Amino acid sequence: MNTLVEIAHLKKSFGNNEVLKDMNLKVEQGENLVVLGKSGSGKSVLIKCLVGLIEPDDGEVILLGKNIADLKSYELNALRKKVGFLFQSAALYDSMTVRENLEFPLRDLKLSKEEIETLVIDTLKSVGLEGAIDKMPAELSGGMRKRVGLARTLILKPELILYDEPTTGLDPITSKEISQLILDVQKKYNSAAIIITHDVECARITANRMMIIKDGTTIIEGSFKEISESKDEWIHSFFK
Amino acid sequence: MAEILSKPLENSYLKTVKCFFEEVAKLTLFTFRFFKEVFKPRYEFNELVKQSYSIGYKSFPIVIITGFIMGLVLTIQSRPTLANFGAESWLPAMVAVSIIREIGPVITALIFAGKVGSGIGAELASMKVTEQIDAMEVSGINPFKYIVVTRIVAATLMLPVLVIVADAIALYGSYIGVNLKGDVSFHLFFSSVFQTLSFTDVFPATIKTVFFGFAVGLIGCYKGYNADKGTEGVGIAANSAVVYASLLVFILDMIAVQITSLFS
Repeated sequence: MNTLVEIAHLKKSFGNNEVLKDMNLKVEQGENLVVLGKSGSGKSVLIKCLVGLIEPDDGEVILLGKNIADLKSYELNALRKKVGFLFQSAALYDSMTVRENLEFPLRDLKLSKEEIETLVIDTLKSVGLEGAIDKMPAELSGGMRKRVGLARTLILKPELILYDEPTTGLDPITSKEISQLILDVQKKYNSAAIIITHDVECARITANRMMIIKDGTTIIEGSFKEISESKDEWIHSFFK
Repeated sequence: MAEILSKPLENSYLKTVKCFFEEVAKLTLFTFRFFKEVFKPRYEFNELVKQSYSIGYKSFPIVIITGFIMGLVLTIQSRPTLANFGAESWLPAMVAVSIIREIGPVITALIFAGKVGSGIGAELASMKVTEQIDAMEVSGINPFKYIVVTRIVAATLMLPVLVIVADAIALYGSYIGVNLKGDVSFHLFFSSVFQTLSFTDVFPATIKTVFFGFAVGLIGCYKGYNADKGTEGVGIAANSAVVYASLLVFILDMIAVQITSLFS
């Protein structure tokens, strides 16, 4: 199998707060890795280090075969186009319509107007939101915003998608729909994903493999079933 | 006792001085980054036009109103003093020189700092807080070029235009002010204005507005782009953008006056 992400001995501190102590992980092509952990355990910092939004203090990040520390800014930008990132808040550009949000990542590609229009509509259809094409982000519900955010991520057909708390702030039904959508995306695009969450139901639906982090380091790794059957009280408390 | 009390005070002064120099260093780096990015393709013309419309065109109403009031009030306030010296006929010339050289550019720049500087600061800070800037970065687009460079260039280009409009409207306001207690024809008023004004009045005053516009755009973008997380950061960015941009306008004005006086 093709390894898309390899993180070794990653460390990151903010002042005296050591957020990531010694993180190691690997993600293979077509695999959904769920990273579960309490709020403040360093999950979001981990994926932000992965795409160069936060510079790690130490350790190695190999993304799609390239060590991101060795890349020049234009090389990193080119690499980022192959990686999708769904933010916790969806991070839609609120001065743009849904259509413009989806067109924005395509601006450097030499595509005709018709091709862009087709791509935008097809991607919106894949998240079930073609009717919202001319709406402003402020007119959308939380679930719709996440779907549009996902559509904006998918429009560049990324090899790897990073989901930062995809179900946070959503009702249980919408959370389940988003989790199902993550699975559909994996099947349709054969993409790999790192899903950062503290939602066990989301983890159960989406995970091929799972790891739990505590105090900036991995404490257990395995399938959902293996981890949910753990005898460790702290780990077990996630599944109660 | 005095020694114990003076220690924390000393520390707080040192901290303030350190913060000041850190802020100046960061602003200098931000300015260098602007000049590095502004000449590098790709050029964001569409966004520049959009920002020029929003920063410039949408500021016309407030600039026109303040310009008119500025000219009218200055004329009404100056008339009694000039009348005491029997120099009422100098009113158009005096008001014109005051407006064109100093009051027009500075007042318009301050209005601009209040409206545009705070707007840019708040907009960028809220984009930062809601991770929109990060979203741009991870989709392989340079957010500094798209968001910061376009806004600073738009502010730099638009303020001189706004000042020219404000000056023209202020002179018209002055004409109305003169005629509240007198009878001066439009032709006579503006003949007097243009006979008094020279190239050395108009040119330096227009050039300095380019720097004022740059300062307002730069400070607004700097404060917004470097805002702390949270909604409190948005308020702080908007507020400090206005305060620092206004202060910088006065400092630049002082420098401009010194430079102009060297050549006159």
